[in-house]
Amino acid sequence: MTGPGAPAPYAPGTHPDLPPPVRTTGVVGWARQNLFSSPFNVVLTLLGVWFLASVIPPMAEWALVKSIWTAESRAECWGKMAVPEEAACWAFIKGRLSLFVYGFYPVEERWRVDLSFVLLVFAIVPVLYDRLPGRRHWFWYVAAFPFLAGWLLVGGFGLAPVETDQFGGFMLTLIIGVTGISFSLPIGIALALGRTSSMPVLRILCVLFIEFIRGVPLIALLFVASTMLNYFLPPGTSFDLLMRVLIMVTLFASAYIAEVVRGGLQGVPKGQAEAADSLGLSYWKAQRLIVLPQALKISIPGIVNTFIGLYKDTTLVLIIGMLDPLGIGRASLADAVWAGLAREVYLFIAVFFFVCCFGMSRYSLYLERKLDTGRESEK
Amino acid sequence: MAAVPIEDRGLLARLWGNQETRSVIVQIATMAIVFALLALVLRNVAINLEAIGKEFSFDFLTAPAAYDITFSPFIDYTSRDTHFTAAAVGILNTLLVAVCGIAAASVLGVTMGILRLSRNWLVNRIVYVFLEFTRNVPVLLHILLVHGIVVTTLPPPRRAIDLGGTAFVSNRGFFAPSPVFEEGSGIVAAVFVIAVVAALAFRRWAKRVQVETGKIYSVFWICTAIIGGATAVAFLALGAPLSWDLPALKGFNFQGGLALRPEFLALWLALSYYTACFIAEIVRAGILAVSHGQTEAAYALGLRPNRNLQLVVLPQALRIIVPPLVSQYLNLTKNSSLAIAIGYMDIVATIGGISLMQTGKEMETMLIVLGVYLVFSLLISAFMNWFNRSIRYKER
Repeated sequence: MTGPGAPAPYAPGTHPDLPPPVRTTGVVGWARQNLFSSPFNVVLTLLGVWFLASVIPPMAEWALVKSIWTAESRAECWGKMAVPEEAACWAFIKGRLSLFVYGFYPVEERWRVDLSFVLLVFAIVPVLYDRLPGRRHWFWYVAAFPFLAGWLLVGGFGLAPVETDQFGGFMLTLIIGVTGISFSLPIGIALALGRTSSMPVLRILCVLFIEFIRGVPLIALLFVASTMLNYFLPPGTSFDLLMRVLIMVTLFASAYIAEVVRGGLQGVPKGQAEAADSLGLSYWKAQRLIVLPQALKISIPGIVNTFIGLYKDTTLVLIIGMLDPLGIGRASLADAVWAGLAREVYLFIAVFFFVCCFGMSRYSLYLERKLDTGRESEK
Repeated sequence: MAAVPIEDRGLLARLWGNQETRSVIVQIATMAIVFALLALVLRNVAINLEAIGKEFSFDFLTAPAAYDITFSPFIDYTSRDTHFTAAAVGILNTLLVAVCGIAAASVLGVTMGILRLSRNWLVNRIVYVFLEFTRNVPVLLHILLVHGIVVTTLPPPRRAIDLGGTAFVSNRGFFAPSPVFEEGSGIVAAVFVIAVVAALAFRRWAKRVQVETGKIYSVFWICTAIIGGATAVAFLALGAPLSWDLPALKGFNFQGGLALRPEFLALWLALSYYTACFIAEIVRAGILAVSHGQTEAAYALGLRPNRNLQLVVLPQALRIIVPPLVSQYLNLTKNSSLAIAIGYMDIVATIGGISLMQTGKEMETMLIVLGVYLVFSLLISAFMNWFNRSIRYKER
């Protein structure tokens, strides 16, 4: 607007664009929009800042700045601090790292565990990364891996045998987690197909199995495995506790997978199966080529969530006396030389589980985005 | 396959080629296998039990348990009581921690879910980091961690943290005053119930008036006034028939009042905040799933934001939230079995733990434990299915 008499410096429509007001762009604009948009938000922001200021510096000081990394006992550790117990004593974890990783696996045989771990990495890459050259041939190796790793870890056939009660630590977590994950998916899919089958006998059996497993806690099933299972076997036979636990964990997870996959199967329009029928495909071909690929795509988040749950539930084996990382941690805490360092131990194990489980959930997000063919947005 | 015409094939091949007969054959075969397996297992059980001279019976339930249970808030239990009583104590303890946990997890979960929806970036991020870290760490670790913190870092009873002289926190647990109801408190309770009924009646009446005339009463405040006012008047008129039993330090521990033992406290806290993190994500996803057009339409009709939330968004979000919420409640109940790791005497620790060790009745005790959890699960899902049906879209 120009006042009367003042000459218009620009012809209409030729004024150069002005920059946007400072208050709406850059850091200031972002802060105004996201932190200080209303009086209530200002209060929330101030509360948040106060919370961070009162939590982060003490925690960083405890865990990093003042922590002690080399000591022989708790007394020595606390002696090195200005005030005893004011900081973390990571020397404890450092000294017992090999126990946390291998459990009581014989020291001279530990190369077998390391080798299995390297082989595991090579088995996981082709499963997760679909642009690997020659991925199809890698799957032969992936299928052989469980037996290879089993042979390496347990021994026999030329290797010194190792009792499974010497297994422990993160190694045990990985064994139970990887076995459970790789076997529960096919069993779960079979159960889901059985539950949606048109044959009443199969359907009822699957429903009974799934609902029974989902109705009881895993710890009760593990107790059954450790105390009661021997009664079910022919007299004189008995098998390894680790094997029983692996079976129970796998069955437990497969019931949950079955429910997730059933949800996916219901999400596939009926027309898809009917179209497959009219093309003359048999039931199994129709499931394998048409229905399951679509159903599994829908169920990815649920399946990965079940896997994460299974991985976290591996800690429960400590209650039936197996030495997973938590079991090792508790046993270490009972050591009079080191007792009283519960926070360090639990934080260390928590970080391990967080890295694994958070990684899995991020991968599932990536997979969902990659497989999203936009069908949802078309509806 | 098409090479041989179907009439020329053998009887079995023809039966197998027909879809219906094939389905019958498969089902009969499955049944036969399942029953054969069952028979084999039962036979093995019988042989194995006989070999070690045990018999399958529930008689041990009436024998004295001969062990102590440290936490039995509902039943007066001594070690002279039977295994059956011990099982009942365990079931009640499981129920107690499940109910308390579900209540706390719901409140905490809804709060965190709403904070996750906040447009305030800082608060949003803080809650997000907490949720992700908690969700990705095993619940057993949370329980042990909280238990460890309660037992090792809190002060002993003599130096207990004093909350206003009436409640105390120490490594022996949390101690608070417990109410003692005196004569006349029954009348106050009756007045309270009558006031609630009156408030409900008023709500119905107000709704009818709104439908007929469009006049809106502020139902919430008037109901609060009816219930709170009537109860307060009755309470004061009867001379405040309520006193408090205060916890007091005697010897090495507090006596009297309401005592929450550290095991219960740790289990309750850990289960609550762990489950709350899952509930928060469910609540957030449920509210986000209600299309924004619904809110815009409500605003276009002139509804205020809180009426919009109450009448338009929440009823639709609840439909999405309830089914996964139920499974979280079930998970919490089942996770309460981890109590055994810290010595809280729930059903697994009493009948499935000590009773099993003392009597050697693995089969019987485990069957009881499994049965109890199955009943819990069926009851919760039946209730929630009913609730789910009642809030479903009423379509014409």
